[in-house]
Amino acid sequence: MSPAIYIFKREFRAYIASPIAYIVISVFLLITGWFFFTPFFLQNQANLRNFFNLLPMVFSFVVPAVTMRLFSEEFSVGSYETLMTLPVTFTQIIVGKFLAACAFIAIMLVPTLLYPLTVSVLGVLDWGPVIGGYLGALLLGGAFSAVGLFASSLTRNQIIAFIVGMAICFSLTLVNQMLFFLPKSMLGFFEYLGADFHFQNIAKGVIDTRDILYFISVGLIGLYGANLAMREKC
Amino acid sequence: MIHVENLTRYYDNFCAVDGISFDIQKGEILGLLGPNGAGKTTTLRMLTGYLEPSTGQIKVQDYIIGPDTLEIKKRIGYLPESAPLYHDMIVYDYLEYVAEIRGLDTAKKQTRIKELAQLCGLNAVMHKTIGELSKGYKQRVGLAHALMNDPEILVLDEPTSGLDPNQIVEIREIIRQIGQEKTIILSTHILSEAEATCDRIVIIHHGKIVADGSTQTIKQSAGKEQIIHITLADADFSSVHRLLEPVAGITRIENVSSPESDTLQIRITLVSDADIRKDIYRIIRKTDWTLLEFRQEAQSLEHIFRELTLEN
Repeated sequence: MSPAIYIFKREFRAYIASPIAYIVISVFLLITGWFFFTPFFLQNQANLRNFFNLLPMVFSFVVPAVTMRLFSEEFSVGSYETLMTLPVTFTQIIVGKFLAACAFIAIMLVPTLLYPLTVSVLGVLDWGPVIGGYLGALLLGGAFSAVGLFASSLTRNQIIAFIVGMAICFSLTLVNQMLFFLPKSMLGFFEYLGADFHFQNIAKGVIDTRDILYFISVGLIGLYGANLAMREKC
Repeated sequence: MIHVENLTRYYDNFCAVDGISFDIQKGEILGLLGPNGAGKTTTLRMLTGYLEPSTGQIKVQDYIIGPDTLEIKKRIGYLPESAPLYHDMIVYDYLEYVAEIRGLDTAKKQTRIKELAQLCGLNAVMHKTIGELSKGYKQRVGLAHALMNDPEILVLDEPTSGLDPNQIVEIREIIRQIGQEKTIILSTHILSEAEATCDRIVIIHHGKIVADGSTQTIKQSAGKEQIIHITLADADFSSVHRLLEPVAGITRIENVSSPESDTLQIRITLVSDADIRKDIYRIIRKTDWTLLEFRQEAQSLEHIFRELTLEN
């Protein structure tokens, strides 16, 4: 088996063994739960739109908090040197760490499945957009993980890794809100750059290859950036 | 086994390793010596494929660092300085993880971990978190990590730094035990350690090799120059200088007495294969000086090391 699997296993274990993971999950559930249920009974509509509207924003700071330690901790402890002198390639290390972050984010989303279950009890829920929303959440989480991994590969300081990752993720999310500043000719291009735009398309239940391609591209660019950063350290 | 040619490494504009070349034979224990910042760690990091050389070539068996780095990593066990391991892992889990990455199969994994626990004395701490271990135990876990796939080459960066005297003896014992069948490269700035464990010593200073050979040959090559210390009473320097100068081989006579003392301390530097202490003594006997001390400085490795690496 490829060493990437063992790196994934180690990283994932490190996640579930660390208290930070549970703090992040709690904060995530608290924020999404609060912002989802507060307006829910006022609007009196059986859908999860509030939850999914907010998700890119919440992910912008939760995902970098999950990924910040992946490389930074190794740099500051020095275990990066032991890792790099084992017979593994850059790609295997990056893939292993990336998948561990993705798996952790997927697990973080599991308790939120209670929201649609609750809603379906209270009213008639259209499951199409919910399934699309979760698929989009996984894609978004993956893309942001790659960005966070890249940020982590830049520095030995986890706080800097977190802030850089958050800055990039927030920019990608907020591009759509800034569009009215731009001339009309550039509108299409910048709209396409926005993570929120693509995520909301999928969350409507419309699965378009363009949107999926966007998340895959952001993910690959992030992972490639991490690869370049590792190369630079040699 | 290992062939290093013209190895150079720059960090930005700072040249850490400056064109060094050496060969290591199979089964040799090579000690890399040098003051702090001489380029020892950088050299080892290039040997193990962690850093890329700026220029120059490293060949391990038939593999070249660069295109075959992965193959070389499979054949080298490396213990970095102060054994940086994952602090949040249990010793057993960590060794299992290394075994898996090293590609040991399930059955072999178990027996190998048991063997290493025995060899490195880890049985008592197998279920402790690495972060809780003392430095000596951490070093042992690092050693077990390096030995996992029974590599032909072992690279150890300051394996005994920060350990207490008992631990140093234990780690050296393990190294010597392993060294009977493996090629070992270790760096150190403790000279007695290099003398005790290594077959061959390479001294590095400012990224250059300044001496290379067995402890014996290094001592001999530098050993032509001898130093004799004499302490006299009831004598003055000018007459001592006048009487001793004609002796064959003496190159320098210095007055090194401290101003407060009323004795005369003299340092004589000489280059000679023969022992000329007799000649000096005969001269002194003829005078009415009182001889308080007469001693030849032993050419220790330490002296040579200081000589070779002293800043000018």
